[in-house]
Amino acid sequence: MRRKPKSNLTRAVDVIVIASALFLVGYVIHKVDTVMIYDWHWDFLWNYILRWDEEQQSYKPNLLLKGLTATFGLVIWSMLLASIIGIVMGIMRTSSRIFFRTVSRLYVEFIRNMPPVVFIFVFFFFLSSQFVPLLGIDRISVDASPTTIAILEILLGPPELFANAISGILCLALFEGAYITEIIRAGIQSIDKGQSEAGNSIGLSRFQTLRWIVFPQAVRKVIPPLTGQFITLIKDSSILALISIQELTFLAQEVAYSTQYVFEVWLFVAGVYFCICYSLAFLFTKLEKRSRRIYQS
Amino acid sequence: MEQMISLKHVSKYFGEFRALNDVSLEVSAGERVVVCGPSGSGKSTMIRCINRLEEHDEGEIWVNGNQLTEDVKNITEIRKDVGMVFQQFNLFPHLSVVDNLTLAPMKARGFSKGDATDLAMTYLNRVHIPEQAAKYPGQLSGGQQQRVAIARSLCMQPKIMLFDEPTSALDPEMIKEVLDVMIELAEEGMTMIVVTHEMGFAKKAANKVVFMDEGEVVESAPTEQFFSQPESDRTKLFLSQILTH
Repeated sequence: MRRKPKSNLTRAVDVIVIASALFLVGYVIHKVDTVMIYDWHWDFLWNYILRWDEEQQSYKPNLLLKGLTATFGLVIWSMLLASIIGIVMGIMRTSSRIFFRTVSRLYVEFIRNMPPVVFIFVFFFFLSSQFVPLLGIDRISVDASPTTIAILEILLGPPELFANAISGILCLALFEGAYITEIIRAGIQSIDKGQSEAGNSIGLSRFQTLRWIVFPQAVRKVIPPLTGQFITLIKDSSILALISIQELTFLAQEVAYSTQYVFEVWLFVAGVYFCICYSLAFLFTKLEKRSRRIYQS
Repeated sequence: MEQMISLKHVSKYFGEFRALNDVSLEVSAGERVVVCGPSGSGKSTMIRCINRLEEHDEGEIWVNGNQLTEDVKNITEIRKDVGMVFQQFNLFPHLSVVDNLTLAPMKARGFSKGDATDLAMTYLNRVHIPEQAAKYPGQLSGGQQQRVAIARSLCMQPKIMLFDEPTSALDPEMIKEVLDVMIELAEEGMTMIVVTHEMGFAKKAANKVVFMDEGEVVESAPTEQFFSQPESDRTKLFLSQILTH
């Protein structure tokens, strides 16, 4: 499609808008610089990313890098788990059986109508504190064989934080899963009824029709809202700092308190989150374009 | 002669609305039946009941010796013997033409990929578009899409084919290519029920024509008799409206 050449008027408006925006930004920076007399210290950040270990004569990850790795682990596992929950629950939402519909409906409504922070506290104090010992998750790091621990260490991080990490993953996945459920439900319901009728009419069972016809089309349709939800998941992972999950925000808090360089630490952390979220959005846009190219000319 | 399809006093309601009212119909093996009638007369609902895309509320439906019941397994089995072609084609847009055709033989009949592909190519040849096998449905014309849809149904090697207004969504210049394929199918002896307004097709290919109005079978007669000596006034009126322009 060829773009219509812009008229001179809209061009003038663009220039004015951009110029005023730049002016505003410049003005704020200028004000901050003159009003807030602040001595910026960025160098110390390096020490909190990598520290020099005298004993072993090598660099070791320090709090911020540890936090970043933990956040990565947390986010990846929660995304995976939340997607599984969302797909199962989303399919149940569209089921013809009232039992399945009710279960998934209750799950979604319960979580959607609660502020995230409240959910996290409810989850942590009632579910996590009961279930984690009940399932023996807190004893994994003691009881399991060295190989199991080595594998889990790659997947979840340091052994002493297994229970911590698992609580965080479960909490985030359950919370975001509810929104993914709704996205999947909308995707499935957006597929024309004729598609499942055609599937049924050629002798595919209800499950086969869902698996091979409706679901693949629904997934392609929900990539954009799903991207948005994954980005939200990454950002929401920072709330887990409230229940002492040892991720980026929690550890950054510690660094900020102990060094007193509050501005630098939080600006740095904001930058890190921005980079993660933005690259994810970028990746998914590519993916979406590719899938669209493949199936419609 | 062997009865392929038999509807006995079938009624169907959509809420208060009575879409089918005491419909009875017998179709024997190899018979080609054209169902016509004004829109909203229940023609589509009737054939959709035959492969249970709609559930009937009263009466009995027998397909190839099996009665349609609530049993899901039974329905899936019956559907394997009953092909259906839709007005809107309903091809799977995310699959290539050949994958559209091989899906059901592989998943529902357990064919290997190779066997299913051979089968698919055989039927694509039958509908005269083997060269489109690798394309996606969105890249084909309406007439080509409908022919692919016919081939897709044939790949399950059904004993009965149902057509629900197969040419109504097509541009005029594409109607013939689809009807030609259907006529060839009729000549090979396929049992067919065709809901259509194409009276030319009815005259050429049908043994029997059924006229429906307001959910009832008004008239059912051998083709020649239906057109030359219709009995009911409603049939006469319908024929005069559809044939004179």
